[in-house]
Amino acid sequence: MTLSLPGFADPVADAQACFRAVLTAMSRPGTPQRITSPLTPPAPLGIAAAAVLLTLVDGDTSLYLADHFANAADWLRFHCGTDPSPDRTTAGFVLADSLPDLATLAQGSDEAPQDSATLLLPVESLTAGARFTLRGPGLQAPTPLAVTGLPPDFAARWAANHAQFPRGIDLILCAGDTLVALPRSLSLGEA
Amino acid sequence: MTTISGYNFAYLDEQTKRMIRRALLKAVAIPGHQIPFGSREMPLPYGWGTGGIQITAAILGADDVLKVIDQGADDTTNAVSIRRFFAKTAGVATTTRTDAATVIQTRHRIPEAPLTENQILVYQVPQPEPLVKLEPSRAETRRMHALAEYGAMHVRLYEDITRYGQVAISYDYPVMVNDRYLMAPSPIPAFDNPKLHQMPALQLFGAGREKRIYAIPPYTNVRSLDFEDHPFRAGRAPHACGLCGADTSYLDEVVVDNAGGRLFVCSDTDYCETRRDAGHVGEAA
Amino acid sequence: MAYVAVKGGERAIDNAHAWLAEARRGNPAVPDLTLAQIQQQMGRAVDRVMAEGALYDPELAALAIKQAQGDLIEAAFLLRAYRTTLPRFGYAAPVDTAAMALRRRISAVYKDLPGGQLLGPTYDYTHRLLDFLLAAGATPPPAAEAAEPAAAMPRVADILAQEGLIETHTDTGTEPGDLTREPLAFPAGRDIRLQALARGDEGFLLAMGYSTQRGWGGSHPFVGELRVGEVTVEITPPELGFAIDIGDITLTECALVNQFKGSKTVPPQFTSGYGLTFGHAERKAMGMALVDRAMRAEELGEDATAPAQNIEFVLYHSDNIEGTGFVEHLKLPHYVDFQSELEAIRRMREDTK
Repeated sequence: MTLSLPGFADPVADAQACFRAVLTAMSRPGTPQRITSPLTPPAPLGIAAAAVLLTLVDGDTSLYLADHFANAADWLRFHCGTDPSPDRTTAGFVLADSLPDLATLAQGSDEAPQDSATLLLPVESLTAGARFTLRGPGLQAPTPLAVTGLPPDFAARWAANHAQFPRGIDLILCAGDTLVALPRSLSLGEA
Repeated sequence: MTTISGYNFAYLDEQTKRMIRRALLKAVAIPGHQIPFGSREMPLPYGWGTGGIQITAAILGADDVLKVIDQGADDTTNAVSIRRFFAKTAGVATTTRTDAATVIQTRHRIPEAPLTENQILVYQVPQPEPLVKLEPSRAETRRMHALAEYGAMHVRLYEDITRYGQVAISYDYPVMVNDRYLMAPSPIPAFDNPKLHQMPALQLFGAGREKRIYAIPPYTNVRSLDFEDHPFRAGRAPHACGLCGADTSYLDEVVVDNAGGRLFVCSDTDYCETRRDAGHVGEAA
Repeated sequence: MAYVAVKGGERAIDNAHAWLAEARRGNPAVPDLTLAQIQQQMGRAVDRVMAEGALYDPELAALAIKQAQGDLIEAAFLLRAYRTTLPRFGYAAPVDTAAMALRRRISAVYKDLPGGQLLGPTYDYTHRLLDFLLAAGATPPPAAEAAEPAAAMPRVADILAQEGLIETHTDTGTEPGDLTREPLAFPAGRDIRLQALARGDEGFLLAMGYSTQRGWGGSHPFVGELRVGEVTVEITPPELGFAIDIGDITLTECALVNQFKGSKTVPPQFTSGYGLTFGHAERKAMGMALVDRAMRAEELGEDATAPAQNIEFVLYHSDNIEGTGFVEHLKLPHYVDFQSELEAIRRMREDTK
């Protein structure tokens, strides 16, 4: 039973540390951030994805879980105080096991672009694999990123998301205890 | 960990912090766009920096070193009061040294010393809406931002130029962030505007009473509105600091006697002290 | 003489607070006020602070009044700041004001009505003569008591509704918004508007309501009913699954009846403005009802030209905690901005020479 697994050991300090990691990741796209708080989430949920959910999700937000993570639903229900939503198209947070069609997630409106989804996507590696070059706010110079686990047409799909700025989703890639954030403001090219 | 009983670390409850943290992340993802948030009544009044305080409370960790300035000075009463609030509720270390701080909360100034990638600058914002003097309705300004309909602001600035030969806004001078959103930089003097551009530190803006949060990520383009034939120019008093001799810093004008005597001194007290410690001497020192 | 930058903010604050505490206490030879005295003998102040502080707790309101030296806006602020981070255990069911245990209930539109007029403890017909016996500390003679407590009385709006002469509102089943969690957004529904007004400043609501009577968005109001009394608050804890009574609160409710000429789709009928506030606060409830009705102008197809009919204007300026903060923050130092204005004005004068 996954419920027996604890959440953050120190809910206040660990959530703060995780938040700062995500804030830094979002502010400096492509720069990997490590979650250092000890955490034993139920499989197949990884440490970084679990920490982000514990930090940001509660009863005031909606979370969509891909079926792949059904085993973690009770754990999240207990520690986040939220019932996973069956509706992927309106959820504020989406945890997917493969890149969904980004246009099917909440995009926000021109007046309220913040009402868009934050997508969490576990990948195999954030140090090796397909290579991209990132440009945009947060980056002084073009910054490289290597990822294993994204679909081959990712750059084109991201370009479509970025093109709708200020609308669009924000993506957090998670590999084990490490995460990289790609805000919608980011333009990404294949390197 | 907490040094005042009955309250959570950094005063705010965790649910409130999560709400603010979610807003902050969206704010960073959409540079310059105002995100409405469920601002709480804080134990300090609206207008005293409740927006900045809520952001600081939501980001602050036990390892942070906090600096608070008002008008550039660490020792102004409101800066003292806010610094004490966090020392009391979060038990964090505080400093007056710009280079020693990880989080700097400010009202009306950007420090003179360049900030680094390891710092976060939190602004207290009284009025987050840059279009407010042109259009008082928030329903309408929200629409104008959605359409990037900023012509009225350019017209307003141009009217200034035709009447006064220059733009007559000397603080809270509007900027374009990332070539998309018109943004109020809070009432910093226009002198500070160039520092907003491509700053290595993350800049977060909180307006408590107006219930808005916005952000400028590090290394983001921030352009003060201007015209090709009338480029933006930032003013400062044409003097050197009387204490440290600095001739590029922003100066306060102090009336020193009843005969109209004036002394000009750095508004950034840490900058001034650091220079004096390094042996720089002004004419009045 | 060498100039020394102003220092001593820390000490100045400590000294100011110590002086404030001393001034608050006043002459120590005079007995200290007790919270019970404030609660019992300054009930209207306690009620106002609970309403504007958005927290029903007479004892804490009394403490806030004492701490604020009787500055009621400051006291409401103390309550707001206290309530804002309290955890939420659940949400109460809507209270039933028709079942109110009444201490006062009047209607200006009927001479008599089921349940009758119940004058209750009102200042309405007192002669405003300073009572020097009160100054001397006289104990009032006991008031006459009814043989039995007033029975629940039907609401006047329900009586009018039986004939179909007044608009009716059906429960749409949607959850009302929560201003304390979500910032104001426009268009703001009536749920949000009433919530804002219930916390709004009594003086502001009085002035805005008054302006509608003087022609700035007139809506021809009658007091259908004003009632004051106690209602029961119930919550349903999920683990129990049934409602439990968690206590009684005092409320003042005002239902205005307003003329309405009708529109293409709606026959002529009466419309209503509604006011509800914590405690015994008739002026507040009536001002609220006037302003509520005024803000419905656009919905009812009337010209919305007066300040009280401008929803954004009213809602953004009704909160005295926000208002007092922003007005009073002008006391904070602004010398950096002022300096930039000084330089700008000198430069402009230079340029025009």
